[in-house]
Amino acid sequence: MNEALELLANPWIHGFVFGAVIVTALMSVTAYITWFERKFAARLHSRMGPTMVGPKGLLQPIADGLKMIQKEDIVPRDADRLLFNAAPAITLFFALAVAAVIPFSPGLLASNLDIGVLYALAVSGLMGFPVWVGAWASNNKYALFGGMRAVAQAISYEIPMVLSALVPVVLAGSLSIGQIVEYQIEHGWFAFWPPGPGIFAFVLFMLTALAEGNRIPFDIPEAESELVAGPTTEYTGIKFGLFASAEYIHSLLASALGAALFLGGWDGPFGIPVFWMLLKTCMLFVGVTWIRWTLLRFRSDQLMALCWVYLVPGALGLLLITGLYVHVRG
Amino acid sequence: MLEQWAPAIVFLAIAFSVGFVTLFAARIMAVRAKRPSETKTLTYECGEEPAHQAWIRFHPRYYVIALVFILFDVEAAFLIPWALNVRGLGTFAMVEMFLFVAILLLGWVYALRKGALKWQ
Repeated sequence: MNEALELLANPWIHGFVFGAVIVTALMSVTAYITWFERKFAARLHSRMGPTMVGPKGLLQPIADGLKMIQKEDIVPRDADRLLFNAAPAITLFFALAVAAVIPFSPGLLASNLDIGVLYALAVSGLMGFPVWVGAWASNNKYALFGGMRAVAQAISYEIPMVLSALVPVVLAGSLSIGQIVEYQIEHGWFAFWPPGPGIFAFVLFMLTALAEGNRIPFDIPEAESELVAGPTTEYTGIKFGLFASAEYIHSLLASALGAALFLGGWDGPFGIPVFWMLLKTCMLFVGVTWIRWTLLRFRSDQLMALCWVYLVPGALGLLLITGLYVHVRG
Repeated sequence: MLEQWAPAIVFLAIAFSVGFVTLFAARIMAVRAKRPSETKTLTYECGEEPAHQAWIRFHPRYYVIALVFILFDVEAAFLIPWALNVRGLGTFAMVEMFLFVAILLLGWVYALRKGALKWQ
């Protein structure tokens, strides 16, 4: 036992063990999120959702995964083969990479980078680009239009996202997510304390996270009624599956990031810390899903106007007010 | 330094391999048509034969958005060190930051009045 702990103290082995555990857990959770989302959407629509495969349809994700991996792999004749094949895997890579710095409890995190917030924002912002590469490589007009919209949306909403995530950084005076959580445990959750900027920043962060993940109401890049399937039009089988799971993982990790930065992370009144972190993440994710099945989608021009005319100056003002507050109160 | 980054590097390596391992598994497990048909690999265009390639020029508004994005992204990069140490930097830095953002907002107003942020 002691020898095992000593081995874990080695940073490389620590990274390997936690990396393997967290990545595996994320991939299996993502599979079951599809089940949850289908059931949840079905309830909102007064339907049953998946019921046939296993009790309550619980084996459905496994059946889906097996089906997707066995599908014939079709690469369009005119596509750029190398980029077309690599794009889904790289999208998944950027989606998963955010998890490296998310602390699930004091001990349960892959790496406590002292620039954690910066790293998470940078990596999650990169996810839009391999999607575009895949869309371009498909040599399909629907895919290209969808990809252009996706990347324009991703870079636009990245700015209010970064600015709103800087509010906890200003309040805690640290870029390490672990230290931000510890500061909140001492002084109160940033979503509620100090009253004012925190709650706005929290709402803004979740809103822009929705937009970054191309989820409804910001899913004009893959608007089915006009662009078939957007950037993923030409993708079949497991390659489409990789894009889809990358999107789910992105939403899930954005919820986790929101929980850690604004809702006190693993802070809870009793019990084990990791439970509270997972509970908050799940609640935020349920909220995101609920929004997805409730709202309609915005038009492209409304989307861009919302971001550039309102959110960007709003987020800047919010950050300055927070800075002023911290400066005055010390 | 290495203490922090070594786990992250290993994590990134694992995350990177997941997608490619899945693709490799799919290559082994996926079915393959014995006699692939000509039309199957045609680019999808609602059943029509695709007209020309899709690698076309697109609307300049995307370039404008990208330009404005770079402006504000650099600004965010300058804001981060300030945000990290608001307490320690004092009044001078606070005023400085208000000035900095005000100058940028001038540029934003200019772009807005020019219609660069309009999407049509």
